Formats: sequence, C-alpha cells, structure tokens
Amino acid sequence: MMFEQGTALAAHDLTRVYHRGNEKIRALDGVSLTIRSGEFVSFMGPSGSGKTTLVNLLGCLENPSSGKLHLGGRSIFGNGTILGEQALTRIRREVFGYIFQNFYLIPTLTVRENVALPLAFYKKSGIDGDVETLLKMLGMDHRMNHLPGQISGGEMQRVAIARALVNRPEILLADEPTGNLDTKRSGEIGEVLQDLNRRSGLTIVMVTHNPLIGRLGGRLIEMRDGRAYEN
Amino acid sequence: MISKFQIAFNNLLRKKARTLLTLVGIMLSSWVLVSLLGFNRGYEHALNRDIDNMGYQLMVMAKGCPYEAATMMLKGGGGLRYIEQSMVDNIACKTEVADVTPILMQAFFDPDKGDGGGIAGYFGVDPVSYPGMKPFLRFHKGGWFQEAEASEAVMGYEAAELEQRDVGDMIMVPEKNVKLTVVGILERTGTQDDGTIFVPLKTLQHISETDKITTIGIKLKKDADSAKLENVLYQLPDVQVVSLTQVKQTIIKLISTARVMVFSIALIALLIAMVGVVNTVLMSVLERKQEIGILKTMGAMPADIFRLVWTETLILCSVGGIAGIGLAVVFARLSDIVIRRILPYAPGGELVAIDLTLALLTLGVIVFVGLLSGIYPAWHAGKVRPMESIRSEG
Repeated sequence: MMFEQGTALAAHDLTRVYHRGNEKIRALDGVSLTIRSGEFVSFMGPSGSGKTTLVNLLGCLENPSSGKLHLGGRSIFGNGTILGEQALTRIRREVFGYIFQNFYLIPTLTVRENVALPLAFYKKSGIDGDVETLLKMLGMDHRMNHLPGQISGGEMQRVAIARALVNRPEILLADEPTGNLDTKRSGEIGEVLQDLNRRSGLTIVMVTHNPLIGRLGGRLIEMRDGRAYEN
Repeated sequence: MISKFQIAFNNLLRKKARTLLTLVGIMLSSWVLVSLLGFNRGYEHALNRDIDNMGYQLMVMAKGCPYEAATMMLKGGGGLRYIEQSMVDNIACKTEVADVTPILMQAFFDPDKGDGGGIAGYFGVDPVSYPGMKPFLRFHKGGWFQEAEASEAVMGYEAAELEQRDVGDMIMVPEKNVKLTVVGILERTGTQDDGTIFVPLKTLQHISETDKITTIGIKLKKDADSAKLENVLYQLPDVQVVSLTQVKQTIIKLISTARVMVFSIALIALLIAMVGVVNTVLMSVLERKQEIGILKTMGAMPADIFRLVWTETLILCSVGGIAGIGLAVVFARLSDIVIRRILPYAPGGELVAIDLTLALLTLGVIVFVGLLSGIYPAWHAGKVRPMESIRSEG
C-alpha cells in the first residue's frame, strides 16, 4: 500500500468479523480507501451496512480483524502492528475528535464545563484550550453557564462539537450527528460541520442516514453489506 | 478548566438520594467506630485516674465479694459490712505502711432525690489523715472541716451543683434529719469525688449511731512489698484485702469481653457500609458505561477512569467519615450517659474520649476500607472499552 503525502487515513482490505455464538458476522468486508487531509467524507448506507464499524476502525476505537490501516503515515494495524488499548487511546486523544448521535453531555456539568471536560484528561501541547472562543465560534457563548437539560437538541450537538474540537483534533469523526435532530436543526449542524471543514481545513469523516447532510461533504461513499462503493 | 475532582463530585450529585443513603451508612459506621475507640481509651483513662486518685493502694474491709466491695467503694454505694476501728492502729504499725485512713461509707434514703427518691451517699473521713492522702484535691471554695466532730460537710463539685449549695449553706442528712454546714466545695476532679459528700468520720459515726468503719485505706511506703503486706493482713479476722491494681485489672478484663463484642458489631456495621459503597459506586459505573466509553474517546486512559471512580469513593468515605466523627463528638455526652446506664461500674470523668489523633485514625480506617471497596467498581470502569458504549448506542 502506497502512502502519499497529504493522506490523513489509508485503509487497505480492512475487514472486521464479529462472533455471535458460533455465528461469524462479517461487518466489514475488505474495504480499501484513502482520505486526504482537509477532506469532508460522508458514509451513507442502510442499517447494518458496516458504516459505523468502518468509522470506528478508522477512528482507532477498535482494531480490525485483518487488513492494513495507516494514520498520517504511521501504521496502526497490519504488517505485524497491533496496538493495544493504551496506545490507541494516545492516538485518539492526539488525532481525533468524536461526536455522536446521543451527544453524551454530562447533565450535572454546565455547557462550559462539558466542553472543557477532555482537558481534564489530556491537553495537547501548544493549544490554549480557550473554551469561550470555541463556544462563540459555534454560537453557544450565550448558553455557557446553562446545564444540558436547559438547551435544545441542536444546541447540545453544537456543545458536543465544541467538546470534540477543544483539543484541536486533526480529524473529526461524526457518527450520525443529526440522527436525533429535526430537519431544521440537522441543516444547522450540517452547515456548522461544512463551515469547520472549509474555514479551518478540518478533516471530517461522517456517518449519516440523511442524504441532505451526506451531500454536504465533498465526497460521498455508500456502504452496502460491509463494502464501500464510491461514485 | 474542570478538575477530575469536580467531575467525580458532580457524578455523585446525579443520584442524590442514593448518595445520601450511602453517606448515612458510612456516617453511622464512623460514629460507632470512633465512639468505641474513644470509649476504649476514655474508660481506661478514667478508671486509672479514679483509682490513682483514691490516694491509697490497698483497702481493708469486711469479708464479702472483694470486687463488689471495691466497686461500691469507687461508686460510693452503701450496704457494706463494718469492721472495728481499732484495726486501724493495728495496721498502721506495719513496716510497709506509710499511712492509713479510716473511712465510713453510709447511704441514706432521700425521698426528694430523683422521681421516686434515691440513695444519698456520705463519706465519713478522718480530717487529719484523709486530706494527707489526697493532696491533689483543690478547693473551689472554703476548705476541710475544722474539727473532728464538727457538723460540717465538704461537697464535691457536682454534688454541690446538683444540690445547689454554696459554702455556708446547710444540708440535711435524710432519714436522720441532721443538719450539716457546708464548709468547702472541691474543684472539679473528673472522678467520683465530684459527686461525693464528705463528712468528719466521727460526725458520721454519731449520725449513724455506730463506732465502726467500713474501710481502711492503706498507703504503702515507696518500694514496699505489697504482696507481703497483703498476706499479713489476711491473717486479721473477718477482713479482706483489696488491691486496687487487681481491681483495675479485673474491671478492665470484664470490660474487654464486652468490648470485643461491641467491636465485632462495629466491624459488621463497617462492612455493611462498605458493601453500600461498592453497590453505589458500581451501580453508578454501570449506569454510566456509555459515558465512560465516551470519556475514553476523549483521551481518558484506563488509569484516569480508575482514579475518577476511586475519587468518588474517596469523597463518599471522607464526607461520611468526617460527618460520623462530628456526630460522635457532638453526641459524646449522650454516648456517655447511655454507657453509664449499661455498665455496672463506670468511673467518673469523660468515658468517651475523642481527640484529634483518634478522629484521624478513624477517618484513616474508613477511607482505607472504603478505597479497598472502591477497587472493584473502579477497575470495572477502567476496563470499559469505548466501542462497547458506541455499539450499544444502536
């Protein structure tokens, strides 16, 4: 597998097999793809098509069963490399920011504290950790001292995005970020992500069911039966 | 910036009722533990002080149960048998003896005492030899009796307070209708002397219509052979010798048996509280499994999560422990009253002595056992994998 300059992620023949009793479930079946730095890639497909599994593997949340995975020129899996949970955590906190369908904000912490939460565990060197500027950028500065229960779903996802960005990740992984939002709020979140990609060149890898949101990225990959199809 | 401590503290606030119940459990264990340790220390200290403050090392009294006799002597009870006063001179001439003092203890029924009346105890003491054996007694007001047969009394601090008497006031000996003038009130000693009314020996003998005594207190010479003297004294007819050192040891031995039982109960209370801690923290971990997974995607290492959950345990145990110690200090007097009602003999002064060292020791035990209990939930939380939470999302 050739690894070109400017490549953020490269996967070759990536396979993930789960075992349920004696049954083998091939969630991902030999996916090969390259994602360049600054790209906004959307994965779409029906439930069980393997899109979340692929994003989880690309995001170093778990190891594949076979294949090769490179991250910014570094081998993460394959050719004899299998990283343990600690090493994967180190990569995750250096490289990735994650947002999820269910936001996962801590209900007893304010918006500001939720955004600052990752800094309690790790602060990347050279970053200012300026939570207020981040919240202002996402239009949430007026809700800084509110609890998650006091803000809307769209606002909660904006807070989750701010939290994912607080350590200045190289790649933002978004798993169904609009799954719990109405059409209007989904559009707003889509615009926020598009804006982040265009303005700051943030690489975004997104899984979505929503075709309108999926098309916001410059690249759309369709997933079916554990395989990736790109138009 | 938010600290790990703040995160842990906030986690505990999520289920307030559960956290509160766990805290109550820890608080009660801490209360029981520190009170027992305080009792362990306070009782022995008070007993030592009571016995040392008697001023003599041996007592001679009429035959009977020696420990009951000694206990009554310490408590100031009545119902003892009498011995001849002539025996005092007989004992005083022994080579081991530094000084002797005759004592007559009398108890009269006072219908005005308490709800249904009670016993008023009087100590008839020799105005010459008794003060010499207790040079540490200080007067709050007044002084000792002026004459051997004076109708006078010296009251312990608490006795005077209870009877609301001052120097110059009169007290009436119940049953006998004899009036005595209070000539002195002792300073508080923290011993049984505080509740005693001292009367000149001859005056009390006159009131009681007897020329006998109940006890002879013997102060030994320095380095005197106590055992040898005890053997000699046992040759005297119809008397028994009580060594206060033996009494002390016997009482402590009796209390130790009860103490082991109570400590076992405290241990069980502690274990129950700690099972509560495990339950609370483990439940909280299981409920937050997805969230813990998300913290890991943010860069939290297994050790970070372990510490976070352990901090929750630490907060629970520290707050519960401190609250329990606070309660024990506040209600030490109440514990004292309860213990005095239960025990057959309780020395004067503070029975439950809780100081800073003891408080810190108890807190240390509670926190240590709590942290041990927190290991499993913290380990369980530390090994949650981010994928588990994300996959269970749907």
